[in-house]
Amino acid sequence: MSDDILIKAKGLSVGFQIGSSIFNKQVLKAVDNVSIEIEKGSFFGLVGESGSGKTTLGRALLKAVPITGGGAHYSDGEVAYDLETIGKEDLKDYRKRAQLIFQDPYAALSPRMTVRDIIAEPLEVMGLTKNRTETDERVREIAAKCRLNLEHLRRFPHAFSGGQRQRISIARALVSAPKFIVADESVAALDVSIQADVLNLLKQIQAEMGLTFMFISHDLSVVAHTCDHVAVMYLGRLVETAPTRDLFNSPKHPYTKALFSAIPSLDPDDRGKAQKLEGEIPSPTNQPTGCKFHTRCPHAIDICKSKEPQLEKAAKGHEVSCHRWKELMDLVPA
Amino acid sequence: MSALITVENLTLKFKTDEGLITAVDDVSFSLDKGEVMGLVGESGSGKSVTAKALMHLNASNAVYTPESKITLHTEDGPVDVLSLKTPRQLNVVRGGAVSMIFQEPMASFAPAISIGKQMVEQLLLHSDMNKARAKEVSIEMLDRVGISDASSRFAQYAFELSGGMRQRAMIAMALSTRPNLLIADEPTTALDVTIQAQVIDLMKDLVDEFHMGIIFITHDLGVVAQTADKVNVMYLGRMIEEGPVREVIRNPKHPYTQGLLNALPKLDDLDSPLEPVPGDIPSPLERPPGCVFNTRCSQVVGSQCMSKMPRDVNVDDTHKVACHIYSEGAA
Repeated sequence: MSDDILIKAKGLSVGFQIGSSIFNKQVLKAVDNVSIEIEKGSFFGLVGESGSGKTTLGRALLKAVPITGGGAHYSDGEVAYDLETIGKEDLKDYRKRAQLIFQDPYAALSPRMTVRDIIAEPLEVMGLTKNRTETDERVREIAAKCRLNLEHLRRFPHAFSGGQRQRISIARALVSAPKFIVADESVAALDVSIQADVLNLLKQIQAEMGLTFMFISHDLSVVAHTCDHVAVMYLGRLVETAPTRDLFNSPKHPYTKALFSAIPSLDPDDRGKAQKLEGEIPSPTNQPTGCKFHTRCPHAIDICKSKEPQLEKAAKGHEVSCHRWKELMDLVPA
Repeated sequence: MSALITVENLTLKFKTDEGLITAVDDVSFSLDKGEVMGLVGESGSGKSVTAKALMHLNASNAVYTPESKITLHTEDGPVDVLSLKTPRQLNVVRGGAVSMIFQEPMASFAPAISIGKQMVEQLLLHSDMNKARAKEVSIEMLDRVGISDASSRFAQYAFELSGGMRQRAMIAMALSTRPNLLIADEPTTALDVTIQAQVIDLMKDLVDEFHMGIIFITHDLGVVAQTADKVNVMYLGRMIEEGPVREVIRNPKHPYTQGLLNALPKLDDLDSPLEPVPGDIPSPLERPPGCVFNTRCSQVVGSQCMSKMPRDVNVDDTHKVACHIYSEGAA
């Protein structure tokens, strides 16, 4: 394995058991046989609708949900872990190295703790600092980095706006000096004017601290501006993965194309041109046969209903899982 | 076209322990039948409070100034909304002539009552239909908004439907009383882009079909560009710019509108850096004197921005902006 890969997932699956009686046991496959590689120091985007399994994949890589199939390997140059078999002691260490930023800054911060205590908590729980002075110093350093006003450290979260709260969440995630951060819809709850500010902050911090980000979002335009590499998920499967520019200049999978055209255009004269996707994502307990997307795909033919497509290489670093992507390139100009 | 609702000098304050907080400050606008108005602004700009005032739905600690006037023009003549008091009178604007769709479709249905029962209940309240007819109309409406197998969905509960379905059901419910005015408060924000596109399409079709007025509250200018005929931009309780959608989006005048447009990630130019509007919206407790935007404005022209509230300036017949840059005598 090359040195510049931080996380390599191979055939990763996450299943949840549902149904309570022994006769009625079913496994819900939230993530199904996903293989990805995340380069060190990169911004890796993960895109898909609700129910596509993107959040579960992010959590599996943090070892916050059990991995039920395949595995993921983490290697940052200092340590290397196989996440599917990682032991208790190693897991404690891994928790320092991998952190999560949540979606909703209103729900993620305890209303009864001051900002200082919120940011200091990971340090205290993990025992990373020796005494209070050292903790305070570390908190102030990271707060300044996240452009928080140091005088605000004694206040409670309710006194802050959405953008400020999200900066507090970011500071908390960064305080243990992690190497890998999963940002799960971290700007979705913010206003556009603030969203741009938080995105710029994340990029700046990533460059300064040499972090690796997995950026989970349903907003393709945000992903386009932040990420180096994008993976598109649908019903737990990877349908397309490519360097950002490649994906945006020539999307291959019909689902990726549909996601693009669903973004509301800023041009008022451009109304109704978009190629609309019919229906909704099927329930993961009742998955379609063959290609998971065939129930909504405008180009589905017989083979799509019976045979599941595999990821194929379309260009350098660009993989797509569709039976007809080659024909469709000629059919529909991208 | 005739005016459907006119709002004049609406000023609304909330009585709190910390004193009177101004939420909406001297806002005037009007909406015609069959017109879609986009009401844009970030959290805390007062857009939802303004919309709720149209239904007289704000909490009981809301204080309206005597100059505030909201007139709804119904088939039975004009209604002075703010003078309505008894629940019977208020029924006219709450669910009768005016309907509202809320942001979070999960939270806006009662979880323990079936969708159908909730739809029938409001029809019985607002029309003289009997129960059987109300059920028929509700199922028709569910079918109209694209819910398949409407008669079995009718008996289901909100948790059994997906987010997009729930929002469709919400729209069906809001429209079944045939309101003259529909207020949609961030109706697509909680939805996926693909579902959002479907819901936007549906709402556009329904405007044509029912010929009602819609006030579309959102912070997403892309959604506004796709739906609205005209746009009103709010900031900290003030209406700072209004005009036809093409004018405002292609030729924004107010520094805040310009900032909002610049902050949007653009797909046709991935290299351009994102430019946030600097700073945060001030707390309504600390309203800045002068122009409310002066704490974040990058184009402050002089001391008048700090001391004097800018007046509306006509850019042309329909496009208005409240900014000192365009005031007479300013550089």
